[in-house]
Amino acid sequence: MTNDTKHLLSIADLDRDAIEQILNLTESFAEVGERPIPKVPALRGKTIAWLFYEDSTRTRLSFETAAKRLSADTMNFSVSSSSVSKGESLRDTVATIEAMGIDGVVVRHKDAGAPHRISEWVDASVINAGDGWNQHPTQTLLDLHTARTHLGDLDGRRVALVGDIKHSRVARSNVHGFTQMGAEVTLVAPRTLLPADLDDWPVEVTHDLDSVIEESDICYLLRMQLERQEQSYVPTLREFHNEWGLDSRRASKLPPHALIMHPGPMNRGVEIDGSVADLPNAVMAEQVTSGVAVRMAVLFLLLGSGLDLVDEKVAAA
Amino acid sequence: MGKRERRSAEPRAEGAFKARTRVMSAEDVDRALRRMAHEILERNSGSDQLVLIGMQTGGVDLADQLGEAIREIEGAEVPVGTLDATMHRDDFGLRPVMPEAATDIPVDPTGKVIVLVDDVLYTGRTVRAALDAIHSYGRPAAVQLAVMVDRGHRELPIRPDYIGKNLPTRRDEMVDVHSDGVDLGELA
Repeated sequence: MTNDTKHLLSIADLDRDAIEQILNLTESFAEVGERPIPKVPALRGKTIAWLFYEDSTRTRLSFETAAKRLSADTMNFSVSSSSVSKGESLRDTVATIEAMGIDGVVVRHKDAGAPHRISEWVDASVINAGDGWNQHPTQTLLDLHTARTHLGDLDGRRVALVGDIKHSRVARSNVHGFTQMGAEVTLVAPRTLLPADLDDWPVEVTHDLDSVIEESDICYLLRMQLERQEQSYVPTLREFHNEWGLDSRRASKLPPHALIMHPGPMNRGVEIDGSVADLPNAVMAEQVTSGVAVRMAVLFLLLGSGLDLVDEKVAAA
Repeated sequence: MGKRERRSAEPRAEGAFKARTRVMSAEDVDRALRRMAHEILERNSGSDQLVLIGMQTGGVDLADQLGEAIREIEGAEVPVGTLDATMHRDDFGLRPVMPEAATDIPVDPTGKVIVLVDDVLYTGRTVRAALDAIHSYGRPAAVQLAVMVDRGHRELPIRPDYIGKNLPTRRDEMVDVHSDGVDLGELA
């Protein structure tokens, strides 16, 4: 990665070249996953700790699978069964884990910026697996990989990002990732589910899904994040579904090549109809498969490739 | 070629390859390829179980050309694949390592005779990595090694079965196999 070879904290730290480097490397690792024995010794002897302060199924399992396919050792940490429940601070927990000798920490935390703070405290590589509403860089990379596999070059492609933008770290990461790769992003959401600071975002905004659906190459649905909403942002979920949900009537208006994407877990019947989620151009399962290959690429680049040596050499020359 | 071979030099060596002597012309390479094709067929009594695997990146074109030569001689199609063994190398942490291209093994290698094809054989470490990599695809009946140039300086007990040219070299020299032939030179 050109900008920071040690940590992956935000997709905004990566320029287009760095993103393309990761996506190209992902192809090599996707092939490893198809082998009869899908395991290579590239990270043998490296230890990676999972620091998950928030629930996760797919991200956690995806990182775990990626690490194991690279022959790394992994250390599990879950908040409920650890000293955190006895009141240990984040800093002390991190110091304890690092004292055991680890090479990488994969962090998910409810507070935006927690992975940045951790990266200031440790020598190990820090990978952000989602921090609050802020960032989820590996999700963006796997979405870009899935999209490129189907649509090729993303220059000029139109992406409709639909639903709960306000509470979504996926939205914040993906807006940057997709625009960095040349796509045009339109946010589609009720006023209450749009963030307040939209001025700096390189996007179009609309409240009317029907007005953009026929011209979209990707219809990216975000999960209604009921657990992050302290107040009611929409009158009822049924009304949200009627206005901003992807039902079969709307899905039939998408161009034939268009992709339906969702970061999961899906609320069927809220942002997406059950029948739409099972359409052939709904690529949620592929997103999950891409996730393993992308995370192998990221873990390898940060922990195994020795690319920081290159940078030092360039700097010395 | 050659990136791999260039990278196998001392970790700190950087710079552009500078050719000094043309050691094989394009015709020499072509004749050597055809001789090697005959040798492969003779050794294996035909092309029945053969699979050619070109090592990324220097061996890929050579494997294609060997497959073509075997088709001309024998009239039979031999599966040709490619292999990137980067992930199985033993020098992680000693120098930057990046895969160059994806692997493509077109058939299950179990029970087949795999002929690994590379442009230059030097320390043997890339071949060692390739042997490891192949075993995550299946268990071949045999693995053989074909190289256009054997430049010596082996660091592992590995020996080629088919050789285009034996070329004694110094460690600080470089060998470049390309479409116009083979050059000997150094990094300038």
